[in-house]
Amino acid sequence: MVVTQVIFIILSAVALIGALGVVLSRNLFHAAIFLVLSFVGVAGFYVLLEAEFLAMIQILVYVGAISILIIFAIMLSRRLMSPDFRASNEQWLWALVAAVALFAILVIVLIQVDWPVAQAEVPSDTLVELGKALVDPGQYLLVFEVASVLLLVALVGAVIVARER
Amino acid sequence: MDFILNFWVELGAWAQDVLFGWGLPVWAVNLISDFVGVLILLVIGVMAVLIFTPMERKVIARMQDRPGPNRVWPYGLLQALADAIKMLTKEDITPRHADRALHMLAPLIVAIPALLVYAVLPWGPNIIGKDLNVGVLYIVAIGAFHVIALIIAGWGSKNKYSLLSAFRVVNQLLAYEIPMVFCILSVILFSKTMSTQGIVEAQTIPYFVVMPVAGMIFLICAMAEANRSPVDLLEADSEMVAGYMIEYSGMKFAMFFIAEYVNMFAAAIIISTLFLGGYKFFGLENLAPVLTPVIVFCKAAFVIFCMLWFRATFPRVRFDHLIGFAWKFLVPLAMVNLLLSALVVKIPVENARVEPWVQGAVMLVGNLIVIVVTGFILNRSARGLEDAPALKRIVAVER
Repeated sequence: MVVTQVIFIILSAVALIGALGVVLSRNLFHAAIFLVLSFVGVAGFYVLLEAEFLAMIQILVYVGAISILIIFAIMLSRRLMSPDFRASNEQWLWALVAAVALFAILVIVLIQVDWPVAQAEVPSDTLVELGKALVDPGQYLLVFEVASVLLLVALVGAVIVARER
Repeated sequence: MDFILNFWVELGAWAQDVLFGWGLPVWAVNLISDFVGVLILLVIGVMAVLIFTPMERKVIARMQDRPGPNRVWPYGLLQALADAIKMLTKEDITPRHADRALHMLAPLIVAIPALLVYAVLPWGPNIIGKDLNVGVLYIVAIGAFHVIALIIAGWGSKNKYSLLSAFRVVNQLLAYEIPMVFCILSVILFSKTMSTQGIVEAQTIPYFVVMPVAGMIFLICAMAEANRSPVDLLEADSEMVAGYMIEYSGMKFAMFFIAEYVNMFAAAIIISTLFLGGYKFFGLENLAPVLTPVIVFCKAAFVIFCMLWFRATFPRVRFDHLIGFAWKFLVPLAMVNLLLSALVVKIPVENARVEPWVQGAVMLVGNLIVIVVTGFILNRSARGLEDAPALKRIVAVER
């Protein structure tokens, strides 16, 4: 139990340092790399919770796709190459208000909700159960299909937007 | 006799017994054996550089009808050691305008994802770092870090060629990951497991024989992912000088070099695991389990030989052709193959109504049909638009 807690603290430190780096670094490219670090910390939590599949998907989607997309967007922005680029703009005050409000809401929820702990044993092979749940009409089939259609629509939309006239 | 035949497993058990004999608690023994296991895997990964650089230079030299390195005795086989000493003594240069932190970070992290993959590569029954039940997915996910390391290198050097190379990294590696994952999905559908060891166990016939289309697509994609010539457009010296590693020298350059060979060896083992039956070789693995790592190594060396053969045979591709090939040819082909395997897997083998080999045979026939149809379509389009009315219609609609 103690080992798990130590690992948890290390992972939390990784995720939080990454998150702080995202907010505090002046260089946007550095911020994107810190974001990767933060995502890796979160993936570590999933491994700790014995959700290997979720951890792998977290890395595959957030590190492999979303971070790289962000980095690519940063690389294609011309002004970012100059050293006197500032990461904040004149809207920082509103951003601060929004961030503090969100933080307050999260804190209130954390304090007020009585977090129940499930008594059931963790199934040994979660992967097969997950796969069955995703294609079971009684469980998540509809959500799964709707998500697929949504992604397909996004894909077609991207092709239409990017198409040369 | 039994001890020799089951050498690796017995060796592990014997070492653990010795540790228990010293009076160590269970957690300490587990910790030590895990640590030693990790160390062995890391050394295997790095040793790949020493083994495969001489092999690459000698094989390529033979194919190009020249002697290749032959100064460092014997037979030029110690050339890799000489190169390593040269690398270590070279001056370490950081460009003045480079992003110092990122320039340092990239060579530090570039070899890590390549080495992490070795954790799930099976060297024999129960000779594996960790048999994850999401093993194949793990391999694909770890690949993401490789992309990020290369982007950091390309951006951090503040050189226009390295930056262009970083763009190419995103473009090429992501484009070739998609058909690769489709092929992996076909394999997973057939073996009904994502654990690498489970996939080897499920292969009564090697999957390369059952689905050659997926195997070939995977080989091409693995070469593109490992950045091997003729698809090494990330560092093509005729256009990018040296790509993302242009500003690196000395040991930092050596790290990229090591990562490339570690990656190539890992890719070869993955191919032999997914498509060539892994540690299985006509029942030899049951006869003498001690030989399973040798079987895996020989299969991987064969795959690497094929990659070198490709390199010596084909000229480098143009970049837009490379990307077009991935999106317009490999992705549709891999999708067709995936659909085919999804249909074939539905043949009821489990209830013993059909013999198990029928599934493989149907898949093979389907694959051959796919190959013939693909060749037919390619032939039509290569002959020019006059001969292909269907293609002409598509072009007319496009206009």
